[in-house]
Amino acid sequence: MNHDAYDDNYIRSILNNVKTIAMVGASPVNVRPSYFAFKYLAQRGYDMIPVNPGHVGKTLMGKAFVASLADIDRPIDMIDIFRNSSHIMPVVEEALKLSPLPKVIWMQLGARDDAAAEKAEAAGLKVVMNRCPKIEYGRLSSEISWMGVNSRTLSSKRAPIPTQGMRLSLNRTSFGGGQTAASDRAAKNKTETT
Amino acid sequence: MTDRLPGFSTLAVHAGAQPDPTTGARATPIYQTTSFVFNDADHAASLFGLQAFGNIYTRIGNPTNAVLEERVAALEGGTAALAVASGHAAQVVVLQQLLKPGDEIIAARKLYGGSINQFTHAFKAFGWNVAWADPDEIESFERAVTPHTKAIFIESIANPAGSITDIEAIAAVARKAGVPLIVDNTLASPYLIKPIDHGADIVVHSLTKFLGGHGNSLGGIIVDAGTFDWSKDNKYPMLSEPRPEYHGIRIQETFGNFAFAIACRVLGLRDLGPALSPFNAFMILTGIETLPLRMQKHCDNAKAVAEFLSTHPAVSAVNYAGLPGDRYNALQRKYAPKGAGAVFTFSLKGGYDAGVNLVSNLQLFSHLANVGDTRSLVIHPASTTHSQLDDAAKVKSGAAPEVVRLSIGIEDKEDLIADLDQALRA
Ligand SMILES: Cc1ncc(COP(=O)(O)O)c(C=O)c1O
Repeated sequence: MNHDAYDDNYIRSILNNVKTIAMVGASPVNVRPSYFAFKYLAQRGYDMIPVNPGHVGKTLMGKAFVASLADIDRPIDMIDIFRNSSHIMPVVEEALKLSPLPKVIWMQLGARDDAAAEKAEAAGLKVVMNRCPKIEYGRLSSEISWMGVNSRTLSSKRAPIPTQGMRLSLNRTSFGGGQTAASDRAAKNKTETT
Repeated sequence: MTDRLPGFSTLAVHAGAQPDPTTGARATPIYQTTSFVFNDADHAASLFGLQAFGNIYTRIGNPTNAVLEERVAALEGGTAALAVASGHAAQVVVLQQLLKPGDEIIAARKLYGGSINQFTHAFKAFGWNVAWADPDEIESFERAVTPHTKAIFIESIANPAGSITDIEAIAAVARKAGVPLIVDNTLASPYLIKPIDHGADIVVHSLTKFLGGHGNSLGGIIVDAGTFDWSKDNKYPMLSEPRPEYHGIRIQETFGNFAFAIACRVLGLRDLGPALSPFNAFMILTGIETLPLRMQKHCDNAKAVAEFLSTHPAVSAVNYAGLPGDRYNALQRKYAPKGAGAVFTFSLKGGYDAGVNLVSNLQLFSHLANVGDTRSLVIHPASTTHSQLDDAAKVKSGAAPEVVRLSIGIEDKEDLIADLDQALRA
């Protein structure tokens, strides 16, 4: 699995199929990226669970914080980890003790732990690293085009009008599998400097 | 579903555009409105807090402009783009994200004259210093690097003489210095050169020229390649530090590989204000749909005209990178194999007076200060844009008394050649 550049179909199939997402490191502070992503994914119809031992007793968009993955009362499809790379491994180890197992481990923009990814993949999980699910959802649905972002998708179909809580189609034609010369160079720059 | 890479012409027609959700309109509508209603107070707050995608006010974003932005980002191979009111506005918005007073930019000496003015006078007043380097001597860029250097700025094909810049060599200097390379791709357009493929981190355009292409609308655009790590070494605090005006969010941490385009929008365009009119965005989008067809015709015509001039008895020299003997011909074949662009200069044996005569005798060419129009254009810099300089300064800036600049249009080349021939003989 190449974790420098993902095929759009890989990301698309994950976002099309998961329903329940536990966000580890979710913040109730409304200027943190985790808060933006949590809120957006909840509005797009995902069943979101905030995980953060520092905020137990509080809620995020009406959902109660839990202290750990083990405290969640229902099966989880995906774990979205909003932690630095150095804190990924313990979360993945905890995730692999769950029954049933989650299907996807997603590490946020800037977060990457190849050893943890290998462990999760060996247990049959899909892994995404150094990406934001909000951005990817917005890109594949082209909703993010409102910000001048290159969605790298084309469509000649009339788009639906997005409303609160609506799931958007992510099945527009992507060009080149979503990779570009620039994305390859960015990945290379990252590995050269770290 | 299968993913495949569409060709340039398909992207030029389709990228960023989709039938309008409300009406089904197939052409991109002109959203001629200043502002957009919010669903409720929470929606308003999340838009202002940069938490939701959506429209607020046309100085920050507009759906017509967004189509233009995504289209140019796709054509250039970038992650995102921001459209602004002019090419010059694009340059000031880009540098505002990168420079503080006392910082420096290294710029190629061969630039559009208006950019030389902007860097020398307006930017100096902001406390941004410019160090000039010679694009024909790569070492001059290396020598200009100091601890205050924040960016390198070049043109892919340089105005006025149409010289070709060795983008990869200068990108290597930028990488070593740890600063982004900004390329003004106005005269090439992405049809001829895609600077991001050669190492550019940011591309800017005057959309006024070949992209709009019809001489009817001013515009500019900034394309983010998504390649530069703004948080390394904390050299670019606008992108890496918490922003007080947005409750402490960090732009790169939040927006990842299109953070630069977002910074230009929410810190640059929002506060400096050079927004592009949606009407102009529509005109420019319509122009871009035919960019591949026009650009090839511009280049083919320019080559024919340059060949004609190079054998004309009244002409002493032609600077066109598409001619086999030209000093930039090797770089042209590497960077712009489809053509050398349509802007170039030539010299007249008859000097200053011959230049003035030529311009007044031409019947089809228009005497004006622009390039990249469907119409063929001519200017005699020594008697117009550069008339205030003494002769030595004219020569140094490429505007010697005998030099004439052409921007070749998409008319029939036989008619352009006939017009030049009669004017040179008159
Ligand atoms: C290469 C180049 N860059 C920038 C500009 C400035 O663009 P605008 O006139 O749209 O501000 C021009 C205009 O002539 C140009 O030729």
